Amino acid sequence: MTDLTNLTLTETLDGLKNKQFSATEVTQSYIKSMEANRRLNAYVLETPEVALAQAKEADTRYANGTNKALDGIPMGIKDLFCTKGIRTTACSHILDNFIPQYESTVTQNLLNAGISILGKLNMDEFAMGGSNETSYFGPVINPYKADNSDADLVAGGSSGGSAAAVSANMCVAATGTDTGGSIRQPSALCGVTGIKPTYGRCSRYGIMAFASSLDQAGPIAKSVKDCALLLNVMAGHDDKDSTSATVAVPNFTQLIGKDIRGLKIGIPAEYRPDGLNAEISKLWDDGIAMLKARGAEIVNISLPHTKYALAAYYIIAPAEASSNLARYDGVRYGLRVEGNGLDEMYINTRSEGFGKEVKRRIMIGTYVLSAGYYDAYYLKAQKVRHLIRNDFIEAFKKCDMILTPTSPTPAFPIGDKSMQDNPINMYLNDVFTVSVNLAGLPGMSIPMGLSEHGLPLGLQLIGQAFDEQRIFQVAATLEQDAAFKRK
Amino acid sequence: MAIDKETVKRIAFLSRLRVEDDKIEATEAEFNKILQWIEQLNELNTDGIEPLVSVNENNITCREDIVTTGNHSKEVLANAPQAAYGYFTVPKVIE
Repeated sequence: MTDLTNLTLTETLDGLKNKQFSATEVTQSYIKSMEANRRLNAYVLETPEVALAQAKEADTRYANGTNKALDGIPMGIKDLFCTKGIRTTACSHILDNFIPQYESTVTQNLLNAGISILGKLNMDEFAMGGSNETSYFGPVINPYKADNSDADLVAGGSSGGSAAAVSANMCVAATGTDTGGSIRQPSALCGVTGIKPTYGRCSRYGIMAFASSLDQAGPIAKSVKDCALLLNVMAGHDDKDSTSATVAVPNFTQLIGKDIRGLKIGIPAEYRPDGLNAEISKLWDDGIAMLKARGAEIVNISLPHTKYALAAYYIIAPAEASSNLARYDGVRYGLRVEGNGLDEMYINTRSEGFGKEVKRRIMIGTYVLSAGYYDAYYLKAQKVRHLIRNDFIEAFKKCDMILTPTSPTPAFPIGDKSMQDNPINMYLNDVFTVSVNLAGLPGMSIPMGLSEHGLPLGLQLIGQAFDEQRIFQVAATLEQDAAFKRK
Repeated sequence: MAIDKETVKRIAFLSRLRVEDDKIEATEAEFNKILQWIEQLNELNTDGIEPLVSVNENNITCREDIVTTGNHSKEVLANAPQAAYGYFTVPKVIE
């Protein structure tokens, strides 16, 4: 039998429905792959017994014809999603032994559709990072290496474990979250497909909060259609999250395979700054040519405030984080380091529990929200956020969708000195992705090719709010034309 | 708006984080670098622009104000580092 872990979600479902193999067999194959690839450090917790028990139930349903939408699909879950009875840490020391007593809505939706949980996936601590190097459990190693070097490369972040696990066939698909690029950037760096849906598409209930006005969950998978099938299940209004949208969830696969003739694709001039990596620039041109050949109309557009998006983001996200992370105080859950009195206990707990990048962002956030600076920084950033959103509103008067690169570079070495020495260099990895979060729009990364040295590169499609359907439609044509093959 | 050592100490305390004495200078330098980078926003004229607080458009729903859950004190306390008699416990606080 062919290796079951090579199959996409769509292919796996077909095989299960046609009784070519059982859910238990699929799950066992992935458990073996998970064990064989431990070097990549993609999982921070393996739950094979949970997965096998769930697979057994799926097999029973296949046998009696009551199978569900994603029955028997083994998935990895980013460690930011609370999973009832399964340790969830946000890859932070401060939540070392946290066992959620409830299930996040997104994972509950997936479980209701019949998936099995292989384990919890590595990520940057509290999703703060672009390389998965801030994890308390250590960095994820990208399954790809450059052909001219033996150095281990980053998987991207913050959903680095999710992207690496999908790329290395350690799960059929994974959940991710994206606050500034955390689904799309690692997907691009690991050669897989991931979508950050419109803000409000998926419930945030039970997902540990980083920046609540930006955070959004989404799938990372092996194909465009796989992502659509997953989002069908993950999305939907939830009474437990008042920011989850009440708009209807369409069938996201519906337009896949449909002609894109006449669709207007916007190409923003600001995304091609001087000094843009030549390979990325060429990849983008190739993508434009593919859409053009399919009959799409290419439209030059301008998103004039793009250059200010990162700075606005690095005020808004830390501000929200400083408030959200105030809850980790050693009283209700997680780590507690005793001290002389209450304040010292708080300080000892938080100083030992949080890593360097998280502390940096909490302090920056506290500063920009503090008396005397609130207007100059936080309010200013929110106004700039408005300008950035208006840019997209204007642009979408001229086009249906926007095509850009996902990441300014391919995967870089773990411990890269310029990024370790200067956090701003690390923040620049999100240059093409943060605006989408600030504007609350859907964005998808599609693997399109390899760099000169054999590293995956991705392009990003940005859609109008709640227009994921057409993103999947266009993404499917790019996927077909680029014919990217995971190694 | 450069920050100084006293500000670093004040922000650290507000954040309930400890910055060791020998790290204060480095922290100050790093924060100033980040703040300087952020200050590029001042190039933009934002007069008359409303701050964007949420991207949800008329989307936030209010549910009926009724009790929908409760009696979960066991689950609530399940992860507490210290609990007694159905309560979280904290170090003694005497003002």
